[in-house]
Amino acid sequence: MAEITLEDIIKPENLVYKKTDLLTDKELSYCPGCGHGTAHRITMEVLEELGLEERTIGVAPVGCSVLAYEFMNIDMTQAAHGRAPAVATGIKRCWPDRIVFTYQGDGDLAAIGTAETIHACNRGEKIVIIFINNGIYGMTGGQMAPTTLPGMKSSTSPFGRDVETMGNPLKMTELVAQLPGTYFVSRQAVHSPAAVRRAKKAIKKAFENQRDNKPGLSFVEIVSNCNSGWKMTPIDANKWMEENMFPFFPLGDIKVDGQLVK
Amino acid sequence: MGELKLMKGNEALAEAAIRAGADAYFGYPITPQSEVIEYLMAEKPFDRTGMVVLQAESEIAAINMVYGAAGTGKKVMTSSSSPGISLKQEGLSYIAGAELPCLYANVVRGGPGLGTIQPSQADYFQSTKGGGHGDYRQIVLAPASVQEMSDFVKLGFELAFKYRIAVLILSDGVIGQMMEKVELFDQIPRLTDQEVIEKYPWATTGKKKGTERRIITSLDLDSLKMEAHNHHLQAKYKTISENEVRYELIDCDDAEYIIVAYGSSARISQKAVQLARKKGIKAGLFRLITLYPFPGKEMQQLCKKGVKGWLAVEMSAGQMVEDVMLSVKGCAKVEHYGRFGGIVHSPEEVLHALEEKIIGD
Ligand SMILES: Cc1ncc(C[n+]2csc(CCOP(=O)(O)OP(=O)(O)O)c2C)c(N)n1
Ligand code: SF4
Ligand SMILES: [Mg+2]
Repeated sequence: MAEITLEDIIKPENLVYKKTDLLTDKELSYCPGCGHGTAHRITMEVLEELGLEERTIGVAPVGCSVLAYEFMNIDMTQAAHGRAPAVATGIKRCWPDRIVFTYQGDGDLAAIGTAETIHACNRGEKIVIIFINNGIYGMTGGQMAPTTLPGMKSSTSPFGRDVETMGNPLKMTELVAQLPGTYFVSRQAVHSPAAVRRAKKAIKKAFENQRDNKPGLSFVEIVSNCNSGWKMTPIDANKWMEENMFPFFPLGDIKVDGQLVK
Repeated sequence: MGELKLMKGNEALAEAAIRAGADAYFGYPITPQSEVIEYLMAEKPFDRTGMVVLQAESEIAAINMVYGAAGTGKKVMTSSSSPGISLKQEGLSYIAGAELPCLYANVVRGGPGLGTIQPSQADYFQSTKGGGHGDYRQIVLAPASVQEMSDFVKLGFELAFKYRIAVLILSDGVIGQMMEKVELFDQIPRLTDQEVIEKYPWATTGKKKGTERRIITSLDLDSLKMEAHNHHLQAKYKTISENEVRYELIDCDDAEYIIVAYGSSARISQKAVQLARKKGIKAGLFRLITLYPFPGKEMQQLCKKGVKGWLAVEMSAGQMVEDVMLSVKGCAKVEHYGRFGGIVHSPEEVLHALEEKIIGD
């Protein structure tokens, strides 16, 4: 029997999945198993499916996804730590017909950038915020984040988060949902094919809202893993996330079309 | 002749922003410059020219809105006073790194800390030596009249876009608050989106299919590339130093003693020069218009012509005086005089200092 070569396999008729052109060919800087890569992919697929790439401007944060502009094949601005919602506001106010989004981690969005996040939401800026909550500061080596769970260990809470002295985790998504300026608020995950489908649907809804000039900001949290920071294998990290993160940060839509979901 | 108006310095700055065709102003109130955003909100430039005016939640947010908008090629500005300018330093450093054009004004008040709301010139170091982190400079224009508060907005935007750099109008509580006659320049139309796209190919305006994407960033994890970028920035600052020095000489032709000053101190010192001349003292005024680039070479040349002494007059404990010393390099005596912490010196005090510190011995 003749040997099967790669050339025999890589044929158009065998194509089952194609990377969107809105992702560059650059190798992702993320750890294997990290949710950032999947979140990038579905965001870019949504922009492609909606045909919005020519008028989209993205804002990258400071965090593991600081280099998002290397991977997202659209016009991008890199913002200072936590300032992405203000940067996006400046862009959107000057280009109201452009699609503007930020992509931020939990340290970026819910600690140093809390004011910028809340006020952009409260002003009802017509932008999309994609919020990657991995409960830790991934980039700087696993320090405690505002979203670190009670008792959870990190390099700055080596004995576990003590809520007495370190405060409770911040549910930023529930918080911004209370503001009249948010139009769509949803919490999703990307750890399983079904979750990815739901997350993509939520991101799509968020961008459709902006495209259709709906009154207010669309906010999608993705509860994600940080296997490196959590010091777990990718599989264990996903399991730990399901067992510990999801009960505290329940998945699902929180606000749809400007109305809180009961 | 342009339209004549009696205005406060802060109002002239705001009106000039509209007339310069600015696309947006982002700011946060602070005394003594709140009239800038108040004037803009009352004037409704969104109806006049389509200009955006937004009150941000903080100076940090305001400068980052400027960063975002400037990265799209729009003509944007902010303003504040000393404590607020300190908050903007993070954003200004990013603006320097990413080479974005923008204009901002500091109507300086006395510090440190919350200090006082009275006028001061104690932010000279912060303004001319970088302010935020990293090796960078910005062009600093020092208006000495309400007229210049208006004129420097137009000039400032021109320089900002010529060099893709932040331009600072370094004013103070006196110039910001006082009323004077000002001749306003005619309305410059705002660029259309299409004009912005064509004029500024580096700007993030949306990537067309088949074209290279644009990235606004100050980051490069490759240190060699970052060093090269820093060399590029330094070369730009050198070009600016060679081409954009601005100053004014008053009674310097035959002067034996020269006062160096800028902003409201220059006006006070001009009066002191008149008083000195009445007493037979050959005094002159070297008024700085650009604080960065600093007219050091021009000072050196004057010094070689036989100036015996220099008095640096500024409302600070002595900041600009260091640059005068560096420029004159031991060719003549240099001293500092100034009231500070919110106190404005009088012409008589300046004359007295000239006689005591420079002429006296
Ligand atoms: C002003 C400032 N403070 C601190 C830092 C250091 N820093 C970089 S990334 C980061 C935390 C990022 O965590 P997160 O936003 O959760 O992103 P992740 O890496 O987890 O995706 C910190 C503290 C910085 N770059 N700038
Ligand atoms: S450190 Fe954590 S968040 Fe960062 S890439 Fe690795 S797994 Fe992802
Ligand atoms: Mg994180």
